[in-house]
Amino acid sequence: MQDDLFKEASRQAEICNACRYCESYCSVFPELHKLREFNKMDITYFANLCHNCRGCYYACQYTTPHEFNINIPQIFAQVRHKSWQDYAWPRKFATLFYKSGVLISLISIISLCFFSALLNLLPQGEGEGFYRIISHNILILIFIPASLFPFISLSISLRAFWRDIGGGKITLKQLKNTFMAISRMHDLASGHGEGCNFEDEDRFSHSRRYAHQAIMYGFLLCFASTSSATILHYFFDIKAPYGLFSIPKLFGIPGGILLVFGCIWMLLLKFKSDQKLGDTKAWGSEYAFVILLGIVGLSGLLLYLLGNTIFMPSMLSIHLSSVLTFFILTPYSKMVHAFYRVLSILKEKEID
Amino acid sequence: MIKNSDILIVGGGNAALCAAITAAKAGVTVHILECAPKSYRGGNSRHTRNFRCMHDVPIDPLISAYNEEEYYDDLIKVTKGKTDEILARLVISQSLGCLEWMKQHGAKFQQSLSGTLSLARTNAFFLGGGKGLVNAFYRTAHFLGVEVTYDATVTHVELKDNQVYSIHFTHKGEEHILHPKAVIIASGGFQADKDWLADAWGEAARNFIIRGTPYNRGIVLKDLLAQGVQSVGDADQCHAVAIDGRSPQYDGGIVTRLDCVPFSIVVNKNGERFYDEGEDVWPKRYAIWGRLVAAQPDQIGYAIIDKKSIDLFMPSVFPPIKADSLEVLAQKLQLQETSLLETINRFNAACGDISNFHPTELDGVKTKGIIPAKTNWARPIDTPPFYGYSLKTGVTFTYLGLKVDQNAQCSTDNGLIPNLFAAGEVMAGSILGQGYLAGIGMTIGTVFGRIAGEKAAIYAR
Repeated sequence: MQDDLFKEASRQAEICNACRYCESYCSVFPELHKLREFNKMDITYFANLCHNCRGCYYACQYTTPHEFNINIPQIFAQVRHKSWQDYAWPRKFATLFYKSGVLISLISIISLCFFSALLNLLPQGEGEGFYRIISHNILILIFIPASLFPFISLSISLRAFWRDIGGGKITLKQLKNTFMAISRMHDLASGHGEGCNFEDEDRFSHSRRYAHQAIMYGFLLCFASTSSATILHYFFDIKAPYGLFSIPKLFGIPGGILLVFGCIWMLLLKFKSDQKLGDTKAWGSEYAFVILLGIVGLSGLLLYLLGNTIFMPSMLSIHLSSVLTFFILTPYSKMVHAFYRVLSILKEKEID
Repeated sequence: MIKNSDILIVGGGNAALCAAITAAKAGVTVHILECAPKSYRGGNSRHTRNFRCMHDVPIDPLISAYNEEEYYDDLIKVTKGKTDEILARLVISQSLGCLEWMKQHGAKFQQSLSGTLSLARTNAFFLGGGKGLVNAFYRTAHFLGVEVTYDATVTHVELKDNQVYSIHFTHKGEEHILHPKAVIIASGGFQADKDWLADAWGEAARNFIIRGTPYNRGIVLKDLLAQGVQSVGDADQCHAVAIDGRSPQYDGGIVTRLDCVPFSIVVNKNGERFYDEGEDVWPKRYAIWGRLVAAQPDQIGYAIIDKKSIDLFMPSVFPPIKADSLEVLAQKLQLQETSLLETINRFNAACGDISNFHPTELDGVKTKGIIPAKTNWARPIDTPPFYGYSLKTGVTFTYLGLKVDQNAQCSTDNGLIPNLFAAGEVMAGSILGQGYLAGIGMTIGTVFGRIAGEKAAIYAR
């Protein structure tokens, strides 16, 4: 089964290599055209470099019903998902999560209950704001292992991936070029800079690119918010809740808004797009991932808005449980695409 | 319900779309009848990748300059003078304006593709190739209100009193008749009709492979010629190249080309060489090899190379047949062993000093004392593994077509037909009496598509 996937990807890549019309759409084809034969690692690398912009599919003379039956966005999506499972540690988890977006939701609910129960058990008292509900130490007790685990798991996976695709020592210039490409989501702009094909067949639009950037920057701002709060708490002894003009809020509020807005936009776009140009088996888990991210953002915003009302405890438990779910799932959910993509672009920016 | 429109366009490729966009912008209603389903729309334009464009100064994406005279000289060389000078110069001089026009209507360009650097000066490459171009033009046409019916096969263009009276077509199993004010024929050549091809070429044509769309069967062309519309070009002239013998019968497109010939020896099924494989660089020679192979028994050839040359040309779509000895290679290619070995031994013995071998220029590394000689890149076939490709004749499009004037207008012996125009491959024979110049097909289609659209709109208003 697995070998069939790579064989099929290789068959398609050989046809692309004889055609080359798509050379200017993205970074994948120039990389592909450097070789004459493709092994499993080459294919894995191309697949993780592919942003699924679909430009090559709609421009292709050889898509079905043509007997060559080329569908690069689809086969690369399948290989990509397969590779994330293969590299995941522990591997069994990954396959489980890949197959079921439903399971993601389930875990989310379980941890939600766990939190609610915990909140009810704790005596009301010490602390301000939501530390009255759940003490900071308990939070840390839960979140440190919950974030350490994905960190360790991902490190193991990514090291192996980087070694296998032949990644070498990383230079500063390479890093700079990589993050420039990511900051503008260069490969979703297509060769002519007018965006990708996604929600309306061969029409080029920036929608998906912008939605993705809203999510990405929103997420990073939220991450910065949490990190800055941790720093304030431990190094400056300034404790939550923070005022509107505090650093955590200045990061967190725009971040949360961007994240929620981006997730909703992305879901709408995904809904309109042709599923056959992606990995149809991963559709559920992809949706679930975007929804989960959206809930993390939305519950965070609501927690702030409803901080002084009776809804606060339930909002808090929803927010914390979605964050917890997100952390634990990171090595197995679509979240990993970010890490594999960064490494693949780094590899692509290597000077040969 | 299919309703009447001012202009009907038969065909759905580049020429048809250029005509449709031009006419729609001139304010008339336009309807495209494309006989292919949506997934196969665009005729041979789907398979193209660039158009040849004159320019006196660099203009994105073209480098340097390529003036009218040089362009015309190139055309004269390939056609051996068999061209209509007025129409040819019209196409060349208007090609520059086409570049800008195409950009304005959604076309995107890119630098010339890897492996095609020799065309960077003369040919503007479409981003993503011809299908990308066609997609963009369909979007623009749709935006301008052009109606498109796919799976619509035009069976008859009825002439009455030297004018188009009606158009008959089938769609979803039903017959329809429309009465447009003017008609533009942009339905390509007849190459997909193998019976017609066999009539023109003899039975050998049944072994040809059709590189492009299976929908160009020349139905309307035949219908109009039968009604006395003037023709141009010979039925046995076409753009034909030597391609991978394992290609699909239709629609294999660009990937089926093989660039290994200059580094190989090419034998026929009897194991004999028949032409100088190293006469010139491949982009200047590939178009003659279609005819060379067509003249061999069973219309098949075999290119044989060895390890030294396998990485010197663009990768092939199907992997080569590979063997560690020439004997095994002969068996795998089903060639007579002794005859092939004899040919190769004789060839190898005729190879001289190969120290000046240079894959990308005419290196003068040639054979001595054999006929035919190989005049460049002649290195012995002696280093295993050995590789073989079968070669067959691949037809791109036929040149027999409708004669037009500089207004893209068709005529009969009774004079011009005021409301019948033609553009694209269906009239390209006026300019291409024989031979081919890379990218000129799309230039002819764009220039004449725009002229046809403009003139038809003036007539229909």
